[in-house]
Amino acid sequence: MLKENLIMAWDNIKNSKMRSFLTSLGIVIGVSAVIALITIVQSATGEMMSQFESMGTNKISVSASGNVLKSGLTSTDLDNLSKIDNVSGVAPSVSLTGSAGKQGVLLDEVSIMGKNEKYFEVDNTEITQGRKLTAADMDGHTYTCVIDQDIQAGMFPNENPIRQTIKINGQGYEIAGVRDTESSSDVMAGFNASSTADGTVIIPYRNALALSGGSTYSSVDIYIADISLSEQTQANVEAVLDAAFNYKDNSYRIMDMSSIVETMNSMSTMLTALLAGIASIALVVGGIGIMNMMLVSVTERTKEIGLRKALGAEPLQIQALFIIEALTLSLIGGIIGIFLGLGISVITTALIGSTFAISWMAIAIGTGFSVAVGLIFGWTPAKKASNLKPIDALRTD
Amino acid sequence: MTEILHMKDIYKEYQMGDEVSVVLKGINLKVEKGEFIAVLGPSGSGKSTLMNIIGCLDVPTSGEYLLSGRKIADQEEKILTHIRRKEIGFIFQSFYLLSRHTAVKNVELPLIYAGTDKKLRHELAAEMLKKVGLDDKINHLPRQLSGGQQQRVAIARAMINDPTILLADEPTGALDQKTGSQVMELFQQLNQEGRTIIMITHDENLARQAKRIVHILDGNIVEEAI
Ligand SMILES: Nc1ncnc2c1ncn2[C@@H]1O[C@H](COP(=O)(O)OP(=O)(O)OP(=O)(O)O)[C@@H](O)[C@H]1O
Ligand SMILES: [Mg+2]
Repeated sequence: MLKENLIMAWDNIKNSKMRSFLTSLGIVIGVSAVIALITIVQSATGEMMSQFESMGTNKISVSASGNVLKSGLTSTDLDNLSKIDNVSGVAPSVSLTGSAGKQGVLLDEVSIMGKNEKYFEVDNTEITQGRKLTAADMDGHTYTCVIDQDIQAGMFPNENPIRQTIKINGQGYEIAGVRDTESSSDVMAGFNASSTADGTVIIPYRNALALSGGSTYSSVDIYIADISLSEQTQANVEAVLDAAFNYKDNSYRIMDMSSIVETMNSMSTMLTALLAGIASIALVVGGIGIMNMMLVSVTERTKEIGLRKALGAEPLQIQALFIIEALTLSLIGGIIGIFLGLGISVITTALIGSTFAISWMAIAIGTGFSVAVGLIFGWTPAKKASNLKPIDALRTD
Repeated sequence: MTEILHMKDIYKEYQMGDEVSVVLKGINLKVEKGEFIAVLGPSGSGKSTLMNIIGCLDVPTSGEYLLSGRKIADQEEKILTHIRRKEIGFIFQSFYLLSRHTAVKNVELPLIYAGTDKKLRHELAAEMLKKVGLDDKINHLPRQLSGGQQQRVAIARAMINDPTILLADEPTGALDQKTGSQVMELFQQLNQEGRTIIMITHDENLARQAKRIVHILDGNIVEEAI
């Protein structure tokens, strides 16, 4: 019976191609608008999100400007921070500008960064030669460093730099490794590197602190083991920091990626919902088009309905005939709309330079919407048809 | 003889604003299996109204109507539909074929609603078209058929469910005399095979070809046997 109804519905649609096409057009436009908007917004924000996420949702960055009594975090503070539950490690960061030189070459605008082994553990910048710095390098008396490819190019254009010694602000350091300049995932490091013309060299953090002449750390990244507990951990971190700064306000700031990502997430969801809502107005208009066509069709085919009923069609079967016709119309419109919408998305994402990501949610929404529109707007005409009395229907002309 | 239709004091009234017009005024009628009845009467006498009630398309205002022993009253449309499917084969003055369906598809229509499967449906419909002499026209569309042929398709469609009564309202009204009498011959043949036929007409000559004539005048029945 369903198959019969489908065939009959298809026959009717085929027999009034132009009218069916114009009727479906509303759904095509509505669905493609919904799909395109959702896909474009999601592609664009998805990319932004993954950039933010790569900056690390599993870390809390502390920027401690200190106060008059205490200028930053001491080694003891770092120890206390690393002892907090669910903290997998603490990575202080010291940065200054200085010089690097060897026999015959002097680079006088080099970015010097002090890092610990934890930094190298989580950082995924490619080491092109040699090794990373490890815990063994961190005792404060070991003079090893990792240079980047800029410095390698500047000082060792034709030789292997590994195990060679360079002078950093006058102190000799043995080169342990070379790392890629470009691929740094740490945006801040990228800034620092690009702000200095000659390149970046990373040395053990204690050495860097001594070199900077300071005694406290102002920038520390705290890594979290289990992200689902990050709120609790952050509260504990704040407690330790508050104690470290003797409960003086404004001594430090916390930048927590996961909360930024969360905010962005909810913003993009809101934006998606808003745009989809606007686009679905087109769907409603399309639905009214379908309803209009179905009502006209019921009026035109009153005699046919009367005849079918006289020959034994139940009211429900008549209703099914018209609902299926409405559904077929809106689904055809929906399917065309999905492809059109995806096409628009591919082109638009390419134009705005973000990567196209197919959104199954958008496709599900598009299909769901067109089915819903068909059902809702096909219902009334179908009900009207099924309620026609066969004698009245046969008598009309 | 088995009685298949029994009407007792049937009234049909239509409410027209404040006025009530009484169209059928106490119809009493018995029909037995195998009869060929012509209902004869002038225009407006209530023939079609009576046919609608016999065909379960409408129900009487008062009175009792038994069809195959079953009481037809103000039943649900769905139940009336099921009764129609089994008991009645309709033939209309203007054929009422679905213009986009071929002859065989038109004949299949009642079987679709009766839930017969596709293959059997086609076989039965083709067979029935052969019976009415259209075996070479089964894939023609209605507009590719003459009026007489179209009415024969309609008769095949009315017969396909093996109905208790074949009910025809002015079946030759839209046909010329020659094709009209071909249709009448077909009715005769079907009746000889045992089919019960009730035919409505206002043409005396046609009515005479039936076995029994029921005159209807202003909503009342005046019976006349041949
Ligand atoms: N739905 C209705 N509402 C009001 N009056 C009706 C209705 N249907 C029929 N009538 C009236 O009932 C009377 C009989 O109508 P009916 O169609 O039964 O006549 P008929 O004998 O079939 O005539 P004809 O030979 O012209 O077909 C007419 O006067 C008509 O106006
Ligand atoms: Mg009439």
